[in-house]
Amino acid sequence: MTGIGLPTDIRDRLQADTLTLRYDQRTISSDLSVSIPDGAFTVIIGPNACGKSTLLKALSRLIRPSDGQVILDGRDIHLMAAKDVARSLGLLPQSAIAPDGISVADLVARGRYPHQSFLRQWSSADEAAVANAMAATGVTDFSGRLVDELSGGQRQRVWVAMVLAQETPILILDEPTTFLDIAHQIELLDLLADLNDEGRTIVAVLHDLNHACRYASHLIAMKDGAIVAQGKPTEIVTADLLQTVFNLPSIVMPDPISGTPMIVPKGRRLTGTQKQCLSTDRTGTSMV
Amino acid sequence: MIDHQKTEVEFDRSVLRLRCLSERVSVRVDADWLVVGAGILLVAGIVAITSLMSGTYPIPAIKVVRTLLGIEDETLRMIVVEWRLPRVALAFLLGACLGMSGAIFQSLTRNPLGSPDIIGFSAGSYTGALIVILLFSGGYYETAAGALVGGIVTAALVYLLAWHRGIHGFRLIIVGIGVAAMLGAFNAWMIREAELQVAMSAAIWGAGSLNGLGVEQLIPVMLAVVILLPTTLLFSRPLRQMEMGDDVARASGVDVNRSRLILMVLGVALTAIVTAAAGPISFIALVAPQIARRLTRSAGPTLGTSGLAGGLLLLIADWVAQHALGVQLPVGVMTVSIGGLYFLFLLLREGRK
Repeated sequence: MTGIGLPTDIRDRLQADTLTLRYDQRTISSDLSVSIPDGAFTVIIGPNACGKSTLLKALSRLIRPSDGQVILDGRDIHLMAAKDVARSLGLLPQSAIAPDGISVADLVARGRYPHQSFLRQWSSADEAAVANAMAATGVTDFSGRLVDELSGGQRQRVWVAMVLAQETPILILDEPTTFLDIAHQIELLDLLADLNDEGRTIVAVLHDLNHACRYASHLIAMKDGAIVAQGKPTEIVTADLLQTVFNLPSIVMPDPISGTPMIVPKGRRLTGTQKQCLSTDRTGTSMV
Repeated sequence: MIDHQKTEVEFDRSVLRLRCLSERVSVRVDADWLVVGAGILLVAGIVAITSLMSGTYPIPAIKVVRTLLGIEDETLRMIVVEWRLPRVALAFLLGACLGMSGAIFQSLTRNPLGSPDIIGFSAGSYTGALIVILLFSGGYYETAAGALVGGIVTAALVYLLAWHRGIHGFRLIIVGIGVAAMLGAFNAWMIREAELQVAMSAAIWGAGSLNGLGVEQLIPVMLAVVILLPTTLLFSRPLRQMEMGDDVARASGVDVNRSRLILMVLGVALTAIVTAAAGPISFIALVAPQIARRLTRSAGPTLGTSGLAGGLLLLIADWVAQHALGVQLPVGVMTVSIGGLYFLFLLLREGRK
C-alpha cells in the first residue's frame, strides 16, 4: 500500500488544480495544486494557520475556491450534487458536535444520511454499514450508551465510526488526534492505518510530526498556504525541511520501532544556543 | 439469514424496522415514540371531551360521545359539534403548529430557548396588528393580515441582519433579541398614544385568545395545516445532520444554507397561522419540544411528538382559561403562566445539578 502515490498521478481520484482559497478578502492559498494518492495514508503537516484545514475543507467541498477547481473522479466537485460527493468522500471536521443525549448507535447511524431519502430511511444496507462501522472501530460494545458519557478516546472512535458508516472510499480527518492522550492517539492512528490497509484512501491533518512520519505513506508539508514538500516521509523529512516549515532546529533520526524519521526538537535551553544565534544554527542541524 | 441477524444494530431502546416494496421504502421508528404519541393522543382525547362537556350548559361525557357519534338530538349536536368542537379542534391544531415550529427553531439554534420569537416574529406581528388596529381600525381579518405582514417582514429583516457568511444560531438569537426589544418599545409607545377603547382591543389581541373562534377560522387553519405539516416533515430530515455542526452536515450532503432558510420559512409559517387566527400565543413553542424530548428520551428533533405535545398543551391551557377559574381569560395568559412554571422547573433542575 505504501508504494502507491506519485505526487502528480493524473489518475488519482481526488485532486486540487491551481486553487485560490480565500476567507472574505484574506487569501489563504493561491495557485495550490495537489493530488491525493489513491489508497495512500496521506498526512498533512504544517504550522498553525498554514492553510491545512482550509485545504481539507476545499477538498471536501465545504468551501468554494475563488479560483481553480477540486476534481473528484474527473469532475469539478462543485458541479456535483452534494450527496454524490458525500457518497465518495467522508469528512470528520474539528467542529463536530454530538447532540445532547444521543446514543452511540444513533450518532453512527447519522453517517448514513447521503445514502438515505424520505422513503428510504433505514434499509438493511444502512443497518449493515452501521454495524460494520461500529465493529471496525470497536464501539459495538457500548452502542447503546450516551456519547456524553464516553471518554475522549472512545468518543473520537465513535465519530470515526460515523464517517465510516458513510461508506466512502476516501476519508478526510481534520486533526483527529487532538485532545486525546498519547495511548488513545496511537490507538486511533492504528485504526486509521487498518482502514487504509483495507483499501480506503485516508487524508489527515496531524500535529505530532513523529506520528505523521510513522503512519503516513505520503506526507505533505505546508507553509503559508503553499506545499513545501511532499512524498514518503523517509524521503522528504530532514532537519532542513523542519527548519523551513516550522522554523524549528531539530535532529532527525530513525524511529527505533518503525525506522521512519523521528524528530527531536533542539529547543533553546538544553543545547546552549543563544537566543540571537538561532538563525546561525542551520549548518549544525543539517549535518546530522 | 444468520448473517443478517448479526448485522442488526443494537440501539439503547426498542426500535421497529419497517421495510417493504423490496426495500424501496424503509423506516426506523422508536417504539417509545409510538407509545408516547398514543399516550398524548389519549390524554388529548380526554381533555377534548372534557372541554366539549364544559360550558354554560354542561353536558355529561356519555352524551358528548353519543353526539359525536351522531346519535343524539339536534340541540345537542348544535352545541357540541357546531359551537364547541371547532374551538377544541382549533386549540389542538394551533398548539400542534406551535409545537412543531418550536422544535424546528430549537434544533436549528441548538438551544432550548430557541423559538419563532427569537427571530422577532411575535414582536413584529404585534406591531403589524397594532398598526392595523390603531391607524386603520381594522377588524379580525385585517388585523390577522397586518400581523402576518408584520411578523414575516420582521423575521426576514432579522434573518438578513444576522447573515454573515451564512446563518449561525447564536448570531440569530442576539440580533433577534435586539430587534424584538426595539419593536417592543415601539409597540408600547403606540398603545400609549392610542385612545383608551382602541388600546384595550389592541391589548386583548396581544394577549392571544381563542375566544369567539369558530368554523370560519377552523377551515382555513385546517387547509394550511394540511399543506404545512407534510411539507415540514419532508424538509425536516437535514435538521438531524445540522445539529452536529454545519461542517458535518455539509460533508454528509446537506445544502446547509438552503435547508436552514426553508426550515425557518416553514417554522415562521407555522407560527404565522396561529398568530393570524388567535393572536400571539407564547411559550407553547418553547415548552412543547422540551416535553417531547423528555418523554421520548431521544436526541435530535422530535417534530411529530412536539406537535402532539403542543396540541395537548394548548387544549389544556384553553380549557383552564375558559372554565377553571370562573372567569374567561385569554388563553395567552394561561400559556405565559405555563411558561413561567417551565422556567422555574428548568432553574430548579439546573440548581440541583
